Amino acid sequence: MSTQTVAQNKHLVIRETTKQSKLAKSALRGSVLPVVVLIAWQALGSVGILPAQLFSSPLLIVMTFIDLVQSGEMGMHLQISLTRAFLGFALGGFLGLLFGVIVGMQKKSEEYLNPSIQMLRTVPLLAITPLFIMWFGFGELSKVLLIALGAFFPLYLQTFLGLRNVDKKLYDVALILEFSRREQITKLMIPAALPNILLGIRLALSAAWMCLVVAELLGADRGVGFMIQDARSFMQTDVVFVGIIIFALAGKISDSLVRLLENHLLKWQDSFKA
Amino acid sequence: MVATLEINQVSKTFKNENESVHVLDHLNLTVNNGEFVTIIGPSGCGKSTLLKLIAGLDSDFDGTIMAGNLKVSAPSKDRGFIFQEHRLFPWLNVEKNIAGNLPLKKPDIRKRVDDLISLVKLKGFEKAYPRQLSGGMSQRVAIARALLRNPEVLLLDEPFGALDAFTRTHLQEALLEIWERNKTTMVLVTHDIDESIFLSRKVVVMDAKPGRIKAIVPIDLPYPRTRTSKAFQEFRSVILTQLEHHPAEVEDWSI
Ligand SMILES: Nc1ncnc2c1ncn2[C@@H]1O[C@H](COP(=O)(O)OP(=O)(O)OP(=O)(O)O)[C@@H](O)[C@H]1O
Ligand SMILES: [Mg+2]
Repeated sequence: MSTQTVAQNKHLVIRETTKQSKLAKSALRGSVLPVVVLIAWQALGSVGILPAQLFSSPLLIVMTFIDLVQSGEMGMHLQISLTRAFLGFALGGFLGLLFGVIVGMQKKSEEYLNPSIQMLRTVPLLAITPLFIMWFGFGELSKVLLIALGAFFPLYLQTFLGLRNVDKKLYDVALILEFSRREQITKLMIPAALPNILLGIRLALSAAWMCLVVAELLGADRGVGFMIQDARSFMQTDVVFVGIIIFALAGKISDSLVRLLENHLLKWQDSFKA
Repeated sequence: MVATLEINQVSKTFKNENESVHVLDHLNLTVNNGEFVTIIGPSGCGKSTLLKLIAGLDSDFDGTIMAGNLKVSAPSKDRGFIFQEHRLFPWLNVEKNIAGNLPLKKPDIRKRVDDLISLVKLKGFEKAYPRQLSGGMSQRVAIARALLRNPEVLLLDEPFGALDAFTRTHLQEALLEIWERNKTTMVLVTHDIDESIFLSRKVVVMDAKPGRIKAIVPIDLPYPRTRTSKAFQEFRSVILTQLEHHPAEVEDWSI
């Protein structure tokens, strides 16, 4: 038996190292294109082929970025944007999860709620934005609600889907083992729906960032979106680029965090072994 | 508490929108307390369906099934079930799958789980996830999971089908030991005539379309039984004859 364990461990070690080198290699490959683009951009800008008014050179963008951080301006804008995104995501995500669970668990509530929610889902968010501004003003409330609305649907949809697809055969096992109603939820439904729920969280996050940008571009006096809008009116292309990069980074970092969570929580899944 | 099973005039029809399949037809069967019964019959004759009715997983049928003096209407821990497929929870490792909703932190449960893991020869794989196990290993986990609950009645649906000959013999012997020790009432579905003679006191031979009981062959041999003995061979030919009544159906044996 012990030889078996040793063999198994060895196998795991080998897999671990090959996994790491594979990861490093794929990261290297992935960074080739961006690096080439950046170098070309800088070069074309330096010789004057790209108009400096519209394409600030990468070096200038970096310098502007440093300036904005040092002056504290960046911190201020970022903080307010992050707060909005977080509040909106938390509110919309929570409600999406809640409604997804209710509708996913009860056939009746599906019949009552799902058609309406599905109908609302097809309305483009941008079309609703003017209404939100009329109802809730230009203040924080309309922004947070818009973000919440964006985050709601993906999480609702994926939670509902995940719960609906729980294997009937495993449900029979839960009945045989006499799982209580609570155990059925915590030990069967939730773990089974977890892959979908995590996917829903990732989609909800990216929807939240998008709605944040929309809300801040349309009317705000602070925030990264405002910073971009403000810089545009003064033709400060470098600041616009910095803003865009900040949004891109924020999206990427939050997505990576959820992926990390996924790798940890879903390590039992076949598709996560490599 | 008596665990006698009484199956009385049980009929089962699956109804879909456009067709209905009559699977079980007025079945009668008594399984005495502590008895070991095997059910054998062609694929699709309704063996799995019958076990699910006994387990209480499906209450949409005609007739009655009594367990002890209670009518079966819902599943119960007292009637354990080993499914034809392993049906492990993919997100739980081996030991947590066996424990299920029982707390592994409790020393006595921990100990029994460990004992069962060595019984089914899975030492060293306690922390492995189902995707890392072979079909046979998964099935052994499912067997351990059912045994942990010490049910009064154990319903087994081709539990050893996916195993190699060595492990199969080992687990057949282990099952007999558990049966003798715990006086568990066993109802085991199999497609292996030798297995049915080796294990049970009574072999129920079923017929297909619709599922009926064709014959009940009592095996009055002392345990442990030897497959090579003359009496064993005789029982084999008796059961084979019963099964071969419909030569067309012998070909599609369930695997
Ligand atoms: N949920 C269902 N809906 C409709 N028909 C079903 C359903 N479950 C089983 N059947 C039908 O009932 C019949 C008996 O199925 P069952 O699984 O009980 O057979 P079995 O004797 O266990 O076969 P095997 O030895 O291959 O496992 C089959 O003809 C099958 O098509
Ligand atoms: Mg079957």
